[in-house]
Amino acid sequence: MSDATKTIEIEVLRYRPEQDAEPVLQTFQVPFTDDMSVLQGLQYIKDYLDGTVSFRWSCRMAICGSCGMMINGKPELSCKTFLRQYYPGKLRVEALAHFPIERDLVVSIDDFVEKLETIKPYIIPREPRALDAGEYLQTPAELAQYEQFSSCINCLLCYAACPQYGMNPSFTGPAALALLHRYNADSRDGGKAQRMELVNSEEGVWSCTLVGYCSEVCPKGVDPARAINMNKTNSALDYFLRFVLPKGTAK
Amino acid sequence: MKRSNAPIFWSLFGAGGVLSALVGPVLVFITGIAAPTGVGMPPAALAYSRVLGFAQSFGGKAALFAVIALFLWHAAHRIYHCLHDFGAHPGTATKVLLYGSAFAGSVAAAWLLLAIGR
Amino acid sequence: MSARKPYVRPMAGWWRRNPYYVRYMIMEATSVIVAIYAVILLIGVWRLSQGQVPYEMWLNSLRQPLAVVFHGFLLLAMCYHAYTWWKVLPKTLPLIHFGDKPVPGLLLSTAGWTATLVASAAIYATVRWCGL
Repeated sequence: MSDATKTIEIEVLRYRPEQDAEPVLQTFQVPFTDDMSVLQGLQYIKDYLDGTVSFRWSCRMAICGSCGMMINGKPELSCKTFLRQYYPGKLRVEALAHFPIERDLVVSIDDFVEKLETIKPYIIPREPRALDAGEYLQTPAELAQYEQFSSCINCLLCYAACPQYGMNPSFTGPAALALLHRYNADSRDGGKAQRMELVNSEEGVWSCTLVGYCSEVCPKGVDPARAINMNKTNSALDYFLRFVLPKGTAK
Repeated sequence: MKRSNAPIFWSLFGAGGVLSALVGPVLVFITGIAAPTGVGMPPAALAYSRVLGFAQSFGGKAALFAVIALFLWHAAHRIYHCLHDFGAHPGTATKVLLYGSAFAGSVAAAWLLLAIGR
Repeated sequence: MSARKPYVRPMAGWWRRNPYYVRYMIMEATSVIVAIYAVILLIGVWRLSQGQVPYEMWLNSLRQPLAVVFHGFLLLAMCYHAYTWWKVLPKTLPLIHFGDKPVPGLLLSTAGWTATLVASAAIYATVRWCGL
């Protein structure tokens, strides 16, 4: 490698609950090469400059969804964002927005995990199916209806992009609703009626105002804004036609 | 989970949004710029007899009512969410005031258009 | 006792944190302009119902330079509303596939922008050259 090592300034938002009343910025000078991600910059800080800096990470290849953080105010996966993008400027790294900070760059995601349970993120068969009935068959067109929504890795960048969730944590939020749609849109699933109750509520799609930033920041090409807003159309149809349709799709 | 009544207001918001996106710019241009200044439009375009005739026709009444009422419902819904976005925590009173204004404006438009006769 | 003390950050002024949010807020604020224009038209209908003299007073008020400048501002805001309305509209539609290719949102938005242009031309031509 011929790159000369350069040095970049990284500001890290620190929060140590035992000593800080509120988060404070701490600045580090980090030597880096062009192939280093922001996550690697943080690992350098932890290894050589300050071992107390806390952050989550695991796979380093944008599939585990652990290392989401705000980088210069934008929700990003720190393993997929490179220090060279910011050089010769500096960068500021903060915990994912809209979640309570547990410590430094680690947020509490309990709320999301509870929400994920409420959408029943699994296929609910229409009727019991015996093993010898064989596998379900699905056409490419049926697959296309849910495939992109199944790419979600629960990294929560979309929640950090969603001001409605920030202002009103009772909103189910982008990833959970996109996953809800992923199961509703699956031809093998028969659980739509159960999930529509959540869709139709204020906590469901109706707290969304289509800011649309969730879909911009998704590192996996999921379009949560589409999943939510096409379900506003579904929910509105359900609302007006529930007395007309033979068996309403929701209570 | 309680079913939200948002679909009623969201549908009116959507209808008004589509209509204002389709015809809003050209209407503002005609009534606010072209006709008053005579640029690109004869000054007689909005003459009394002409506009009265339009408002007396069934199609004219329907068009004027749709534009005024749906624009108002569209705006009421979005302004309500806008207040929430600015952190103003609009309550039921604000909601009643906003949607009530849209309702009152719609009734007024209908009443005036009927009063204009045929 | 737990040593946990999760820190919740304030949301005040959130929309100033990102240009994306600023554009969203401008889009939302165009609703005020839509409301103002509806009220202007409603006043026009009211004056029209009162007869020729009140109606012409209303028309005359639209001819004031300040009114024309104000309508220039309304026009800008209305155009931004139309632009953003069609831009986000595809989000509310079901996924559509043509063959096995998804129909891109931009194509649907373009259909909307085109519809606005066609409707505008038709209305302008009708008012300009035909009877109302």
